[in-house]
Amino acid sequence: MFSGFDFDVIQRSAGYLFREGMTFTLTLTALAMAGGIILGTLLAMARLSSHKWLNAPAAAYVNLMRSVPLLLVIFWFYFLVPYIGAWIIGAEDPIKVGAFWSSVITFTLFEAAYYAEIMRAGIQSVARGQVAAGQALGLNYWQNMGHIVLPQAFRNMLPVLLTQTIILFQDTSLVTVLSITDFFGAAVKVAQRDGRLVEMYLFVAAVYFIISFSLSLLVKQLQQRIAIIQ
Amino acid sequence: MAMIEFRNVSKWYGAFQVLKDCTTKVEKGEVIVVCGPSGSGKSTLIKCVNGLEPFQQGEVIVNDQSVGAKETDLPRLRSRIGMVFQHFELFPHMSVTDNLNLAQVKVLGRSREEATAKSMALLTRVGMESHAHKYPGQLSGGQQQRVAIARGLAMDPIAMLFDEPTSALDPEMINEVLDVMVGLAHDGMTMMCVSHEMGFARKVANRVIFMDRGEIVEDAPTEDFFGKPRSERAQQFLSKILHH
Repeated sequence: MFSGFDFDVIQRSAGYLFREGMTFTLTLTALAMAGGIILGTLLAMARLSSHKWLNAPAAAYVNLMRSVPLLLVIFWFYFLVPYIGAWIIGAEDPIKVGAFWSSVITFTLFEAAYYAEIMRAGIQSVARGQVAAGQALGLNYWQNMGHIVLPQAFRNMLPVLLTQTIILFQDTSLVTVLSITDFFGAAVKVAQRDGRLVEMYLFVAAVYFIISFSLSLLVKQLQQRIAIIQ
Repeated sequence: MAMIEFRNVSKWYGAFQVLKDCTTKVEKGEVIVVCGPSGSGKSTLIKCVNGLEPFQQGEVIVNDQSVGAKETDLPRLRSRIGMVFQHFELFPHMSVTDNLNLAQVKVLGRSREEATAKSMALLTRVGMESHAHKYPGQLSGGQQQRVAIARGLAMDPIAMLFDEPTSALDPEMINEVLDVMVGLAHDGMTMMCVSHEMGFARKVANRVIFMDRGEIVEDAPTEDFFGKPRSERAQQFLSKILHH
């Protein structure tokens, strides 16, 4: 059934696909994950704060980001970030951010909302007595968070955080709409140039599947190991 | 001047009053046992000492500082009062030594070597030196609680608070913890213990406070409390727990 297909296109373009495309995809995933988890953790702490002027804006941010399509956010930030940047530093003209940093900022801000909900559950999963024990030793809020609560919250939530990162990895393919050469974008370009759409899309699907599925197997293993520890 | 002083302390959860006008004192070197039926407010009372439980009325004075006052540096005050919890509350992601070292280094500013030396000395004192490298999950309840006591002592506290330290333990482990507490009492540590261990109270307590429904019903020297409790509620409570 594949007689009319030319799978050679994959071999011919593999270097480009992985060296250019996959490098971009993985870098974007890693940076957005790191940024998203840091920002998300701060948002979770703000949401759990008893100060209304801290928890209300954090809740509004998280709810807003979780209620709009990612594609919309990507467009928003791609066109807005240069203006926001200019406004922040007081420049006359929109600053040049570039496709790469624009996507890093977008994905960090978007994923932070999801990581925030995970970390909120994680922080709440730590027994209240642990917080009291830290307080009783004289640890202040940040010491208690940093040494007692967050390490346990991360450990409890590690499988969920990684699952969210697999979703993030897949979602980064949306940057293709900005003509960015991520893995998917690179494949689209080759496919259109050589007229080999079906072959390329099958190949791309297989690659995303293999990476995502092996990561989720890893998560499953990790979950079992954590269950044993607890 | 008393080490710990409660002056007309009252606390409410919504409309429910958990502490009613509690007044008492703990002098330096005194051992006080607080007992009473569950829900009588005894845990809440001792948690007022280090501000883990806020209260709406009255004052708690610890070492000349008012716990509820705005200008009081609560973390600093807490670092000087050791607390032992019913469920141990050791930090599960840290080794026994790190459990003892953490606040010494972060709060008191000791060097890691200094802190470790102190920790090892205290672990030896509670008979846990050979478990220093282990994680809390690898220890029995009694062992965990002895580590928790050592963790409190590592801060060189002016007083120790015990919140039902033996009630989550299997019976055969209660004595190893009580032995450590008796040792502490004999060394002159100021202690406030919520406990139903009447043998312990008889042996080392200077006074027994009996609470019921948020009130301090009885606050008497140990011999008087066991000899002739004045209140009917204390008599009933004693007969219940002594005859089982």
